[in-house]
Amino acid sequence: MGFAWTIVALVLVLALCWRFLGAYMVVVYEGRARWLAKVERPIYRAIGADPKAEQTWQRYASSVIVFSAIALLISYGIFRLQEHLPFNPDHMSGVEWHTAWNTAVSFVTNTNWQSYSGETTMSYLSQMGALAVQNFLSAAVGMAVAVALIRGFARKGSKTIGNFWVDLVRGTIYVLLPIAFVAAIVFISQGALQTLAGHAEVSNALNGASQTLPRGPIASQEVIKQLGTNGGGFFNANGAGPFENPTGLTNFLSIVLILCIPVALTYTFGKMVFSIRQGVAILAVMTVLFGGWLTMTAVAEQQGNPALAATGVSQPLGNMEGKETRFGALSSSLYNVTSTQTSTGSVDSAADSYTPIGGMAMLTGMMLGEVSPGGVGTGVYGILMFAVITVFIGGLMVGRTPEYLGKKIQAREVKLAALGVLVMPITVLVLTAIATAVNAGKAGPLNAGPHGFSEILYAYTSQTNNNGSGFGGLSANTPFYNITGTIGLLLGRFAIIIPALALAGGLAEKTVVPTSLGTFRTDKPMFVGLLTGVVLVIGGLTFLPAVALGPIVEQLSHGMFW
Amino acid sequence: MPDLKVLDAGHSGAPDELGVPGGRGVVSRRSLFDGRIMRVAAVDALRKLDPRVQIKNPVMFVVLIGTVITLFEAIAHPSVFSWSVMVWLLLTVLFANFAEAMAEGRGKAQADTLRKTRTQTDARRLRPDGAEERVPAADLSLGDMVVCEAGDVIPSDGEVAEGAASVDESAITGESAPVIRESGGDRSAVTGGTRVLSDRIVVRITAEPGKTFLDRMIGLVEGAKRQKTPNEIALTILLSALTLIFIPVVVVLQPFAQFAGGQVEVIILIALIVCLIPTTIGALLSAIGIAGMDRLVQHNVLAMSGRAVEAAGDVQTLLLDKTGTITMGNRMASEFHPVGGCGEQDLAGAAQLASLADETPEGRSIVVLAKERYGLRERDLAADHVFVPFSANTRMSGLDTDGRHIRKGAADAVKRWVTEQGGTLPAELDQIVERISRAGATPLVVADQARVLGVIELKDVVKQGIAERFAELRGVGIRTVMVTGDNPLTAAAIAQEAGVDDYLAEATPDAKMRLIKAEQEGGKLVAMTGDGTNDAPALAQADVGVAMNTGTSAAKEAGNMVDLDSNPTKLIEIVEIGKQLLMTRGALTTFSIANDIAKYFAIIPALFVGTYPQLDGLNIMRLHSPQSAVLSAVIFNALVIIALIPLALRGVRFRPSGATAILRRNVLVYGLGGLIIPFIGIKLIDLILTALGAY
Repeated sequence: MGFAWTIVALVLVLALCWRFLGAYMVVVYEGRARWLAKVERPIYRAIGADPKAEQTWQRYASSVIVFSAIALLISYGIFRLQEHLPFNPDHMSGVEWHTAWNTAVSFVTNTNWQSYSGETTMSYLSQMGALAVQNFLSAAVGMAVAVALIRGFARKGSKTIGNFWVDLVRGTIYVLLPIAFVAAIVFISQGALQTLAGHAEVSNALNGASQTLPRGPIASQEVIKQLGTNGGGFFNANGAGPFENPTGLTNFLSIVLILCIPVALTYTFGKMVFSIRQGVAILAVMTVLFGGWLTMTAVAEQQGNPALAATGVSQPLGNMEGKETRFGALSSSLYNVTSTQTSTGSVDSAADSYTPIGGMAMLTGMMLGEVSPGGVGTGVYGILMFAVITVFIGGLMVGRTPEYLGKKIQAREVKLAALGVLVMPITVLVLTAIATAVNAGKAGPLNAGPHGFSEILYAYTSQTNNNGSGFGGLSANTPFYNITGTIGLLLGRFAIIIPALALAGGLAEKTVVPTSLGTFRTDKPMFVGLLTGVVLVIGGLTFLPAVALGPIVEQLSHGMFW
Repeated sequence: MPDLKVLDAGHSGAPDELGVPGGRGVVSRRSLFDGRIMRVAAVDALRKLDPRVQIKNPVMFVVLIGTVITLFEAIAHPSVFSWSVMVWLLLTVLFANFAEAMAEGRGKAQADTLRKTRTQTDARRLRPDGAEERVPAADLSLGDMVVCEAGDVIPSDGEVAEGAASVDESAITGESAPVIRESGGDRSAVTGGTRVLSDRIVVRITAEPGKTFLDRMIGLVEGAKRQKTPNEIALTILLSALTLIFIPVVVVLQPFAQFAGGQVEVIILIALIVCLIPTTIGALLSAIGIAGMDRLVQHNVLAMSGRAVEAAGDVQTLLLDKTGTITMGNRMASEFHPVGGCGEQDLAGAAQLASLADETPEGRSIVVLAKERYGLRERDLAADHVFVPFSANTRMSGLDTDGRHIRKGAADAVKRWVTEQGGTLPAELDQIVERISRAGATPLVVADQARVLGVIELKDVVKQGIAERFAELRGVGIRTVMVTGDNPLTAAAIAQEAGVDDYLAEATPDAKMRLIKAEQEGGKLVAMTGDGTNDAPALAQADVGVAMNTGTSAAKEAGNMVDLDSNPTKLIEIVEIGKQLLMTRGALTTFSIANDIAKYFAIIPALFVGTYPQLDGLNIMRLHSPQSAVLSAVIFNALVIIALIPLALRGVRFRPSGATAILRRNVLVYGLGGLIIPFIGIKLIDLILTALGAY
């Protein structure tokens, strides 16, 4: 399948997801989906949740925190004690405290940053009971927060924004589990592994050498890692490994799985605020940013490695270093751009080996705040906070107290949205500065100079944006990187979720100002352009100096910028 | 007369004047850059360097701290560069202070003018026993009774308790024509500082000393009690956040550079912070707010709070009184309809005779129509003529002369009178009367004893150009509702002619209140004007309540603005000023942020070019040297503040159009302009610096 056809097919499939999955999620989160009621009700009884009781934003937020804390402790316990627990055929020993801590935080925050190699560190129980479970639940948490914020915009004069426990359960059993179940079967049919038996010994018939092949319950985890924009693979090689991502079809399907929920949530948003066009506007912003970044990467990778080109080597396939020949330069670019713009972080090719521009695209894609289209839920609540700021500036320019979806954007909204938007860049930059200043940090990067700087910057950008992709090259599995990384992980998750929920709470209480000709329309191209501009300007202004010292210097070393 | 209320309604504002009278108020229009104001502002700019003043503006406070650090650096490592940066950073702060001082200066100058009118007069207080005593005006307290006679200055705000007098209120309104103030009714309020021209009145003092209208007015134009408005607070939060983010963004560059094996100068880091934080809007923000209030004062409107001005920009529904706002204050004769075989000329003549002594505007309009259309001049009357004045009992007026008994009046009154005289009523009379009423006009029947001559049609004349104004408002998304005491038929006819979106007929204060509440429950902000005591609750309930200065003190207390010209049409200007205020803030914020991009391209190569010479590739402006690049950016950053002071004080131009069009224009001018202008400006300054041989 040619690359152009891949794009066409992707757009078509995503359009269907947008319309139907988006509408289905409205039904689910409004409590009108009943077909799994027999599963749903016992869960509520077990966790003591009342599906009819609504929560204020404070209760909702504390429920998110309590749930995440419990999940964190359970995961940490499983990693540390895995050698004494069942489902450990390969006799993995307990995970180091700092690795276990970083990994637990990483999976609970939907990041799936992995400073270790999965296949040589984690038992099957850790993989299935901690990692895969968190892949579902952390994704459901993100979706719940997004829906809560959407309710904030949709409701008027309401003190409550929904019930976290109910949203969590509904997102998991009605959305994530059914899709993951079907997709896993497809993956298995394509040759992804799914077994509880331990590793296999294979001997090479040609040279007689024997090789240990790690195996495990891979397909089930692979699917949810994409669907939930988690990204944590079973293997270190992640989506590049043939046991995880065996064929071109699974590669394509992976991309669809990653994008389907973040994209569909814009329909859900539009539907819930009674104007599909508002959802289309948000989707348009996401598409413009995504398209721009994909083009940048694909062009750079197609042109090949500038260093090689300088020596006169012809690169008809583009830059193939670190890429699978199964996928090629373009499909790999698509996969990696998709993954870095959605807070997924799974990769099917080595980011470290991309051209400086290609690498920069992945890095800067995350730096925009993971809103194009961003992670499940996180993308929507992230971009809605950018939208609040855009509306504020744009609304002033038309001479009215700014309003978004009829809600007046005033001091409290601006404060919370600014907090939600700015906490990420500050965290990334400060952590990177610490790592470049102390010896424990300077010991991390493999390369010296700008590339080494990029490796550190990428690590913190990835963790704070809850992306989880690694640039490679950085020895991140050290107490220093594991602990400082955790700070980024936690701030990047909860220091945005809490303002988002606070925003939801305040908005839900407000009345709705009717639209008139004097209203700044947020369903028009002008708004799409402005919002795109605000995302770019905030990302650009905060990260340009840092990016200049990494990928830009590297690229300029090769002469021209292009 | 069918409509006493209308006859009585006197608005001192010139009724044919849609626009706003300029330059005749006490608070006269002053040139933006009056030399005296600029000199005072320059001194104030230095005085405002006090850190306790600066801390109120987080953006400029950061610049001040940066300046101090640069000063120490320049002392420690003196060079032309370090001292130049220091000086320009200091100028940045001073320019911001100057902008604010300029805005305040205009207000202060106006307040001084007002103060001069506040004379330290003695008041003639009435003791309970009826004797007069002289006390200083400042000693008057609530409820005191004072006597004012021709030539006296009214010592304080109050209500006329007894008598009537003509009063010169030019000290407050700038309007030189005297107005009548009389006890009872809606014209009983008098203002301290105004002068009685004739007659004698007894005034009950309604203001405590120091809290009179004049005191409040001085306080308002001076901006002494200025509080930040809701949108201003929200914007300050955003600007503070943008300031806060750029501090770590720049500070981390030191360890980044060291990791790369280099070092960056502290001065350049500070210069970068100052260039990145939104200094342009930060410097001009308070000036914009003060200037907005000031623009209202230029229009002779006093806003009790900045919040009210902002709310004016948000207004979605305007409640407009029909009389004086939409129509000229009075009905005018527009047509004579003869009946019963009477000639038109004869009817006009009779009507003229019946109106000769009628001094009401309606009466005069009849004389004018007769003269203009039928060439009838005032004639000499027979010696035995007797004018019959209007009385509430007969509801007719007229003239007895030469044996004729001409009467004009309300249809039913004249009909009854004709029948009593034994006359008969022409068949078509009722038809004509009915038709005129239905069209929203008022019929006056003219009769000569037992013979009905015809009907005078008095029309409510809709102000010229008002329909276009309402169409403009509709384009900006504002709904206009006409409020009138007329019956629904009349109201509908006038509403259609004036082009309002809706009308409230037979309006009672209660109905008005209900309408406001209903609009507000729908999430809309409502503005209205009013002058009577019975308007007070509605004025208080409306988001923007503009009280007429001629109105009662209850109305003035209830509203959040007072229009000194008492011109209700001005509500439209008030809305525009409110919008302009917000637009100016938004536009300059956009401009400020868009500027940052060019500054990055100037400073980043300069910062790191020592470590990574290849970063000169980012120097797309081809600036001469790292030092000239940094200095050019800093100088541009400072000069742009000065360059934008006129815009901040005058406000972004408001053209009535839909939000989409306004936004497109502002994004183009201030967004795109803000992106491009600094590239040109910085390059120019760099060229000049290089030409001067500085680098």
